[in-house]
Amino acid sequence: MEVKTASFEKTSADTSLTVSGAEAVIKCLLEEGVETIYGYPGGAIMPVYDELYKYQDKIHHVLTRHEQGATHAAQGYARVSGKVGVAVATSGPGATNLVTGIADAQIDSTPLVCITGQVGSHLLGSDAFQETDIVGISTPITKWNYQVTRAEEIPEVIAKAFYIAKSGRPGPVLVDITKDAQFASLEFNYKKCSGIRSYKPNPEVNLSEVQKAAEVINSAKKPMIVFGQGVILGGAEEIFKDFVEKTGIPAAWTILGLSALPTKHPLNVGMVGMHGNYAPNILTNECDVLIAIGMRFDDRVTGNLDHYAKQAKVVHMEIDPAEINKNVHTDFPVLGNVNETLKALLELVKPNAHEEWHNTFKELYKTEYDKVISRNLDVNKQYMGMAEVIQQININTEGKAVIVSDVGQHQMAACRYSDFTQTRSNVTSGGLGTMGFALPAAIGAKMGSPEREVVAIIGDGGYQMTIQELGTIFQTKVPVKIVILNNGFLGMVRQWQQLFFDRRYASTEMTNPDFVTIAQGYHIEAKRVTERSQLKDAIEEMMDHDGPYFLEVKVEQEENVFPMVPTGASVSDIILE
Amino acid sequence: MEKKNFTVSIYTENNLGLLSRIAAIFLKRHINIESITASPSEVTEVMRFIIVVEVTEEQIKKIVGQIEKQIEVIKAFYHTAEEMIYQETALYKIKSSEFLDDLNVQEFIKATNARIVTVTPKFFVIEKTGKRSEVDELYETLKPYGLMQFVRSGTIAVTKNEMPITGILEKFNTTNSIS
Repeated sequence: MEVKTASFEKTSADTSLTVSGAEAVIKCLLEEGVETIYGYPGGAIMPVYDELYKYQDKIHHVLTRHEQGATHAAQGYARVSGKVGVAVATSGPGATNLVTGIADAQIDSTPLVCITGQVGSHLLGSDAFQETDIVGISTPITKWNYQVTRAEEIPEVIAKAFYIAKSGRPGPVLVDITKDAQFASLEFNYKKCSGIRSYKPNPEVNLSEVQKAAEVINSAKKPMIVFGQGVILGGAEEIFKDFVEKTGIPAAWTILGLSALPTKHPLNVGMVGMHGNYAPNILTNECDVLIAIGMRFDDRVTGNLDHYAKQAKVVHMEIDPAEINKNVHTDFPVLGNVNETLKALLELVKPNAHEEWHNTFKELYKTEYDKVISRNLDVNKQYMGMAEVIQQININTEGKAVIVSDVGQHQMAACRYSDFTQTRSNVTSGGLGTMGFALPAAIGAKMGSPEREVVAIIGDGGYQMTIQELGTIFQTKVPVKIVILNNGFLGMVRQWQQLFFDRRYASTEMTNPDFVTIAQGYHIEAKRVTERSQLKDAIEEMMDHDGPYFLEVKVEQEENVFPMVPTGASVSDIILE
Repeated sequence: MEKKNFTVSIYTENNLGLLSRIAAIFLKRHINIESITASPSEVTEVMRFIIVVEVTEEQIKKIVGQIEKQIEVIKAFYHTAEEMIYQETALYKIKSSEFLDDLNVQEFIKATNARIVTVTPKFFVIEKTGKRSEVDELYETLKPYGLMQFVRSGTIAVTKNEMPITGILEKFNTTNSIS
C-alpha cells in the first residue's frame, strides 16, 4: 500500500497493549505532551471522562462553565505557550457550543485540537438524542476535521490532528468520536505524525525570492515594515528584531503582531489599521517599499484596497501561499516560515538608518500625541478614560504582564496603550472580533504561563457574554486579574452610531448588574473604582493580591476611540477627532 | 476583469467530507458551480474532481489557492476551455410513438453522432457525448418530440499539458517511506 502519512519512530515505550478507545484518547494526549485540557462532560463523551478520572494525576482537566469557554481558554493557553490547546465536549449542543471558539482560532491561526463525542455509529443519521453533524458544521471553520467510528483509528487520527494543528500556518482541528468507538478496544501503539503526502505546511525557502526582496529593500528610500502574528508563530522574534535593527526600517504591527517587538523599541512605530497609529497609516501611502511580514492584509488593516499602498513595491513574506495576492498585489513574494526567510534575508540586507524617513514618523506621532494620546492620558479631564487605566497597569506591571483583551473600545485602548516588553503577551480576538473571548482566554493564558501576571481587560458588554466563567476561576483558583472598563454602553457600536448613524443609540445602552456583588458571589475578591484618585491604589491592591481579583472601573460613558479610518476610506484619510 | 469558464482539476486523497470542504470554498464566495464530477484518477487511490465555474481569472487563482490549502488536496489546477479536451454526456428519453412517426429522426441521430441506447415500445433513450454546444443542439432538435426526461453529466476533461501528480506523490513516498 502507498504511504499517505509518515510517522516518527514509535515514541511510546510500551509495546502495544489493549485499551479502550476512550483510554487511547487520553494516552494520545499524553504522548503529545498535553498537560491541561478544557472541557465539559456529557452523554456521548462520558467514556473519555471516565478515563480522565483514572488519569487525573497526569492530565489536568479544567471544567469550564460553557463549551465556548473551553475553546477560548484553550486558545489563551495556546497563544501564550505556543503549544496546542485542547478542548473537549460532548455531542450535539456541546459540540455546537465550540463553534465560535473554533472560528476564532481559524481566523487567528491558533493551534487547537477539539475532541467531541458523537452518538453511536449505528445511530448516525437517525436524528438521535444530541446528534448534530459537527463535522459538517465545522468544515468551513477548521483546518481539518474527521469523524472516528472505529477505535483502531484513534491513535493515527489524533496524531494527525496535532500535527496539522501546529504545523505550517496553525489552526483548529476537530476530531469527532462516536461513543461505540470510545468503548471498543484496540491495540494501542502511538506514532507521532511527521508528514502527510497531500499537505505541505512549510514551503521551501526560495533563495532567488529572498535575493529579489533584498535588492528592493536595499534600494528603498522610504521602506516600511508591517508585521503580523507570523513573526510570533514562526518563533522569529529575535531574528526579526535583528532584521529591523540592521535595516533601520520603521516597523508597524497588526493587532496580532503586537508584542513580537517590544512596544518601546525605537523602531516600533505603532499599529496599522482602523484604530492604529497616525504615522504608519498615513505613511503606508507614502512608503516606496512595503514589507509585509507574517500578516494577511485584513480589511481592518488596509481600509479601502483601491487606495492602499498603490505607490509602493510590496514584499510579502508569508507561510501560506493562498495569502499571496489575496487582498493586495505583491511584487515580491517570499514564501516560507518567516523565521527561515528572515534569516536568509538578514544576510543580504545592508545596514541603514533612514533618519530623515524616521523623522517623518516622529512628526506625525507628535500630531497624534497632541490631538489624541495626550488627551486620552490626561488626568485632569472630568471622567476617567480607558487609556489611563491601561497606563496605570503598565506602571504597575512594568510591561511584563500578559494582557488579554476582549472586543471593542477597551480592546483598542489595551492594544494601543499597553507596554509590552516580551513576546506572546497580547492575547485578543483579532480576526473574528469575538466578544466574550477575554475572560475564558485569560484562564487559559494564566495556566499556559503560570509564572507571568495575566490581566484581562474587558468591556461591560463582552464580560456578560461569558461571565459564567467566573465559576471556573472560583473552582480552579486560577489567579487572573480581571479589569472591567465599564462605560455602560456597547461602546464601539455606540461610537459608530454617534459618527455614522446620527446618534441613534439603538440597543447599545446597558443596564448592568452589580458586577462586584456577582464576583463576590463566586468568592472572588472584588472592588469598584469610580474616582480617578482611587485608581492607582486599586490596581496595586489587585496586582498584589494572591489569587484572582476583580476590578470594575467606571470610565467615561461616551469616549470615542481615535484615530479612526472610517469604513471605506483610505488608510491615509485617517481622522484624529 | 472578464468572467469566463474555468475548469478546475483537483487531485485529492479519497476522503469523506472533502467534497463539502471544496464546495464550501465556492459557497463562501457566492460562486455557482456549473458542473462537478468526482472519479478515481490515473493514480491509484487518488481522486480527481473536475469543477466548472464562470468567474474571473483573478477569482479562480484565489479559489485554487484556497482549495490547495485543504489538507487532503494533493494539487489543484485551473485551465481555460482552450487548454482542455473536454466532453459531456447527455441522455434524452423520448416517447416511442412520437419518435417512430418521424423519419427525420434517424437522420439527425446519425448526423450528430448520437446513439440509441434503449428501445422499448413506450420510449427510446438516446445518448450523446460531445461539447456542451452539441449536447444543447440535440436538445433543441429533440424538444419538439416531447422530451420525457433529459439529463446531462458534468464536464469531464483532461488537459493538453502534463499533470505532474505522480511525481509529487513519489517524492513524498521516497522521502517518508516507513516500511
